[in-house]
Amino acid sequence: MSTRTAIRVGTDVVAVHQVADSVARFGTRYLQRIYTEHELGSCEGSPAIRAASLAARFAAKEATIKVLRPVGHQPDWRSVEVRRHSAGFCTMALSGHAAELADQAGIADLAVSLTHEGDVAAAVVVALCDSGADAVERSGAPLVPVHCGGAE
Amino acid sequence: MMDESIRNILAEHGNLPLDVAKIRDEDDLYQAGLTSHASVNVMLALEDEFGVEFPETMLCKSTFESVAAIRVALSALTGP
Repeated sequence: MSTRTAIRVGTDVVAVHQVADSVARFGTRYLQRIYTEHELGSCEGSPAIRAASLAARFAAKEATIKVLRPVGHQPDWRSVEVRRHSAGFCTMALSGHAAELADQAGIADLAVSLTHEGDVAAAVVVALCDSGADAVERSGAPLVPVHCGGAE
Repeated sequence: MMDESIRNILAEHGNLPLDVAKIRDEDDLYQAGLTSHASVNVMLALEDEFGVEFPETMLCKSTFESVAAIRVALSALTGP
Protein backbone atom coordinates (compact mmCIF):
# COMPACT_ATOMS: atom_id res chain seq x y z
CA MET A 1 0.00 0.00 0.00
CA SER A 2 1.34 3.41 -0.93
CA THR A 3 2.17 5.84 1.82
CA ARG A 4 2.10 8.83 -0.53
CA THR A 5 -0.38 11.56 0.16
CA ALA A 6 -2.36 13.03 -2.69
CA ILE A 7 -4.03 16.40 -2.85
CA ARG A 8 -7.45 17.01 -4.31
CA VAL A 9 -8.77 20.50 -4.99
CA GLY A 10 -12.36 21.52 -5.62
CA THR A 11 -13.71 24.95 -6.38
CA ASP A 12 -17.07 26.48 -7.21
CA VAL A 13 -18.61 29.86 -7.82
CA VAL A 14 -22.24 30.89 -7.23
CA ALA A 15 -24.17 34.00 -8.21
CA VAL A 16 -25.49 35.59 -5.02
CA HIS A 17 -28.67 36.87 -6.65
CA GLN A 18 -29.60 33.34 -7.67
CA VAL A 19 -29.48 32.23 -4.04
CA ALA A 20 -31.56 35.27 -3.06
CA ASP A 21 -34.05 34.31 -5.78
CA SER A 22 -34.21 30.74 -4.48
CA VAL A 23 -34.89 31.95 -0.94
CA ALA A 24 -37.63 34.25 -2.23
CA ARG A 25 -39.17 31.57 -4.47
CA PHE A 26 -38.90 28.43 -2.34
CA GLY A 27 -38.35 29.83 1.16
CA THR A 28 -37.94 27.39 4.01
CA ARG A 29 -38.11 24.36 1.70
CA TYR A 30 -35.00 25.54 -0.15
CA LEU A 31 -33.18 26.49 3.04
CA GLN A 32 -33.92 23.28 4.90
CA ARG A 33 -33.14 21.08 1.91
CA ILE A 34 -29.68 22.54 1.40
CA TYR A 35 -28.38 24.01 4.66
CA THR A 36 -27.98 22.69 8.20
CA GLU A 37 -29.26 24.45 11.29
CA HIS A 38 -25.71 25.51 12.10
CA GLU A 39 -25.24 27.01 8.64
CA LEU A 40 -28.52 28.87 8.78
CA GLY A 41 -27.55 30.21 12.18
CA SER A 42 -24.23 31.37 10.75
CA CYS A 43 -25.91 33.30 7.94
CA GLU A 44 -27.87 35.90 9.82
CA GLY A 45 -28.03 39.56 8.90
CA SER A 46 -29.65 41.63 6.20
CA PRO A 47 -31.17 39.71 3.27
CA ALA A 48 -28.23 40.73 1.08
CA ILE A 49 -25.59 39.59 3.58
CA ARG A 50 -27.52 36.42 4.25
CA ALA A 51 -27.76 35.57 0.55
CA ALA A 52 -24.01 36.14 0.09
CA SER A 53 -23.18 33.94 3.08
CA LEU A 54 -25.52 31.20 1.89
CA ALA A 55 -24.09 31.39 -1.62
CA ALA A 56 -20.54 30.98 -0.28
CA ARG A 57 -21.67 27.94 1.67
CA PHE A 58 -23.34 26.44 -1.37
CA ALA A 59 -20.08 26.94 -3.27
CA ALA A 60 -18.19 25.19 -0.46
CA LYS A 61 -20.61 22.26 -0.56
CA GLU A 62 -20.22 21.89 -4.32
CA ALA A 63 -16.43 22.28 -4.10
CA THR A 64 -16.38 19.52 -1.48
CA ILE A 65 -18.50 17.24 -3.64
CA LYS A 66 -16.01 17.77 -6.46
CA VAL A 67 -13.28 16.65 -4.07
CA LEU A 68 -15.29 13.60 -2.98
CA ARG A 69 -15.89 12.57 -6.62
CA PRO A 70 -19.12 10.61 -6.07
CA VAL A 71 -20.05 7.97 -8.59
CA GLY A 72 -23.82 7.61 -8.72
CA HIS A 73 -25.92 9.52 -6.27
CA GLN A 74 -24.51 12.60 -4.61
CA PRO A 75 -24.41 13.17 -0.88
CA ASP A 76 -27.30 15.03 0.69
CA TRP A 77 -26.40 18.72 0.64
CA ARG A 78 -26.77 18.85 4.41
CA SER A 79 -24.24 16.07 4.92
CA VAL A 80 -21.58 18.50 3.69
CA GLU A 81 -21.56 21.22 6.30
CA VAL A 82 -19.62 24.45 6.64
CA ARG A 83 -18.87 24.98 10.31
CA ARG A 84 -18.08 28.51 11.34
CA HIS A 85 -15.87 28.88 14.36
CA SER A 86 -15.99 31.71 16.85
CA ALA A 87 -12.62 33.01 15.61
CA GLY A 88 -14.21 33.54 12.19
CA PHE A 89 -12.64 30.74 10.17
CA CYS A 90 -14.59 27.85 8.68
CA THR A 91 -14.02 24.12 8.40
CA MET A 92 -15.93 21.34 6.68
CA ALA A 93 -17.81 18.63 8.57
CA LEU A 94 -19.04 15.55 6.72
CA SER A 95 -21.67 13.01 7.69
CA GLY A 96 -23.63 10.19 6.06
CA HIS A 97 -22.79 9.38 2.44
CA ALA A 98 -20.32 12.27 2.24
CA ALA A 99 -18.34 10.87 5.17
CA GLU A 100 -18.40 7.42 3.56
CA LEU A 101 -16.99 8.83 0.32
CA ALA A 102 -14.27 10.63 2.27
CA ASP A 103 -13.36 7.40 4.05
CA GLN A 104 -13.22 5.51 0.77
CA ALA A 105 -10.84 8.12 -0.65
CA GLY A 106 -8.75 8.07 2.51
CA ILE A 107 -9.34 11.76 3.02
CA ALA A 108 -7.63 12.69 6.24
CA ASP A 109 -8.19 16.41 6.22
CA LEU A 110 -10.21 19.07 4.43
CA ALA A 111 -9.51 22.77 4.32
CA VAL A 112 -11.92 25.37 2.99
CA SER A 113 -11.78 29.02 2.08
CA LEU A 114 -14.91 31.04 1.31
CA THR A 115 -15.26 34.47 -0.18
CA HIS A 116 -17.88 36.79 -1.64
CA GLU A 117 -17.80 40.15 -3.33
CA GLY A 118 -20.73 41.81 -5.01
CA ASP A 119 -22.81 39.19 -6.81
CA VAL A 120 -20.11 36.51 -6.70
CA ALA A 121 -19.50 33.94 -3.97
CA ALA A 122 -16.82 31.28 -4.25
CA ALA A 123 -15.09 28.56 -2.28
CA VAL A 124 -12.01 26.41 -2.57
CA VAL A 125 -11.65 23.07 -0.80
CA VAL A 126 -8.38 21.17 -0.47
CA ALA A 127 -8.24 17.56 0.67
CA LEU A 128 -5.32 15.45 1.77
CA CYS A 129 -5.94 11.82 0.92
CA ASP A 130 -4.39 8.48 0.08
CA SER A 131 -2.77 8.53 -3.33
CA GLY A 132 -4.17 5.16 -4.39
CA ALA A 133 -7.18 6.48 -6.26
CA ASP A 134 -5.29 9.48 -7.56
CA ALA A 135 -2.19 7.74 -8.83
CA VAL A 136 -0.89 9.24 -12.05
CA GLU A 137 1.46 7.59 -14.46
CA ARG A 138 4.97 8.80 -13.83
CA SER A 139 7.42 8.85 -16.69
CA GLY A 140 10.46 9.06 -14.47
CA ALA A 141 11.61 12.12 -16.38
CA PRO A 142 12.96 14.94 -14.24
CA LEU A 143 10.64 17.82 -13.54
CA VAL A 144 11.19 20.79 -15.82
CA PRO A 145 11.04 24.16 -14.09
CA VAL A 146 8.33 26.40 -15.47
CA HIS A 147 8.81 30.14 -15.32
CA CYS A 148 5.59 32.07 -14.93
CA GLY A 149 6.94 35.56 -15.24
CA GLY A 150 7.92 38.06 -12.60
CA ALA A 151 11.32 38.92 -11.24
CA GLU A 152 13.70 36.13 -10.31
CA MET B 1 -47.96 17.42 -21.04
CA MET B 2 -45.14 16.31 -18.75
CA ASP B 3 -42.52 17.38 -21.29
CA GLU B 4 -44.12 20.80 -21.63
CA SER B 5 -44.06 21.28 -17.85
CA ILE B 6 -40.44 20.16 -17.65
CA ARG B 7 -39.45 22.61 -20.36
CA ASN B 8 -41.39 25.44 -18.74
CA ILE B 9 -39.60 24.78 -15.45
CA LEU B 10 -36.22 24.62 -17.15
CA ALA B 11 -36.98 27.94 -18.84
CA GLU B 12 -38.02 29.57 -15.57
CA HIS B 13 -35.50 28.07 -13.15
CA GLY B 14 -32.66 26.61 -15.21
CA ASN B 15 -30.89 29.91 -15.97
CA LEU B 16 -29.91 28.42 -19.29
CA PRO B 17 -28.25 30.77 -21.76
CA LEU B 18 -30.30 29.49 -24.66
CA ASP B 19 -33.87 28.91 -25.78
CA VAL B 20 -35.19 25.82 -24.00
CA ALA B 21 -37.44 25.11 -26.99
CA LYS B 22 -34.31 24.41 -29.02
CA ILE B 23 -33.02 21.79 -26.58
CA ARG B 24 -33.58 18.26 -27.76
CA ASP B 25 -34.79 15.59 -25.34
CA GLU B 26 -31.38 13.92 -25.09
CA ASP B 27 -29.22 17.06 -25.04
CA ASP B 28 -26.92 17.39 -22.01
CA LEU B 29 -28.33 20.19 -19.86
CA TYR B 30 -25.05 20.64 -17.98
CA GLN B 31 -23.24 21.14 -21.27
CA ALA B 32 -25.99 23.63 -22.09
CA GLY B 33 -25.16 25.62 -18.94
CA LEU B 34 -27.23 24.13 -16.11
CA THR B 35 -25.36 24.73 -12.84
CA SER B 36 -25.59 22.72 -9.63
CA HIS B 37 -27.47 25.52 -7.92
CA ALA B 38 -29.89 25.93 -10.80
CA SER B 39 -30.51 22.19 -10.77
CA VAL B 40 -31.67 22.54 -7.14
CA ASN B 41 -34.20 25.15 -8.21
CA VAL B 42 -35.32 22.94 -11.07
CA MET B 43 -35.72 20.04 -8.64
CA LEU B 44 -37.80 22.08 -6.18
CA ALA B 45 -39.98 23.46 -8.98
CA LEU B 46 -40.53 19.95 -10.35
CA GLU B 47 -41.53 18.81 -6.86
CA ASP B 48 -44.06 21.65 -6.66
CA GLU B 49 -45.44 20.97 -10.10
CA PHE B 50 -45.77 17.20 -9.81
CA GLY B 51 -46.36 16.81 -6.07
CA VAL B 52 -43.36 14.55 -5.55
CA GLU B 53 -40.14 14.61 -3.56
CA PHE B 54 -36.83 13.52 -5.00
CA PRO B 55 -35.17 11.10 -2.55
CA GLU B 56 -31.44 11.35 -1.83
CA THR B 57 -30.79 8.33 -4.03
CA MET B 58 -32.03 10.32 -7.04
CA LEU B 59 -29.92 13.36 -6.27
CA CYS B 60 -27.30 12.76 -8.91
CA LYS B 61 -26.27 14.70 -11.94
CA SER B 62 -27.67 12.03 -14.25
CA THR B 63 -31.21 12.65 -12.90
CA PHE B 64 -31.23 16.18 -14.32
CA GLU B 65 -28.83 15.79 -17.24
CA SER B 66 -31.50 15.94 -19.95
CA VAL B 67 -35.20 16.44 -20.52
CA ALA B 68 -35.49 12.72 -21.17
CA ALA B 69 -33.70 11.86 -17.91
CA ILE B 70 -35.96 14.19 -15.92
CA ARG B 71 -39.01 12.58 -17.54
CA VAL B 72 -37.77 9.11 -16.56
CA ALA B 73 -37.13 10.26 -12.96
CA LEU B 74 -40.53 11.86 -12.67
CA SER B 75 -42.23 8.81 -14.11
CA ALA B 76 -40.53 6.68 -11.46
CA LEU B 77 -41.82 9.02 -8.73
CA THR B 78 -45.34 9.55 -10.02
CA GLY B 79 -45.92 5.94 -11.04
CA PRO B 80 -47.83 4.69 -14.07
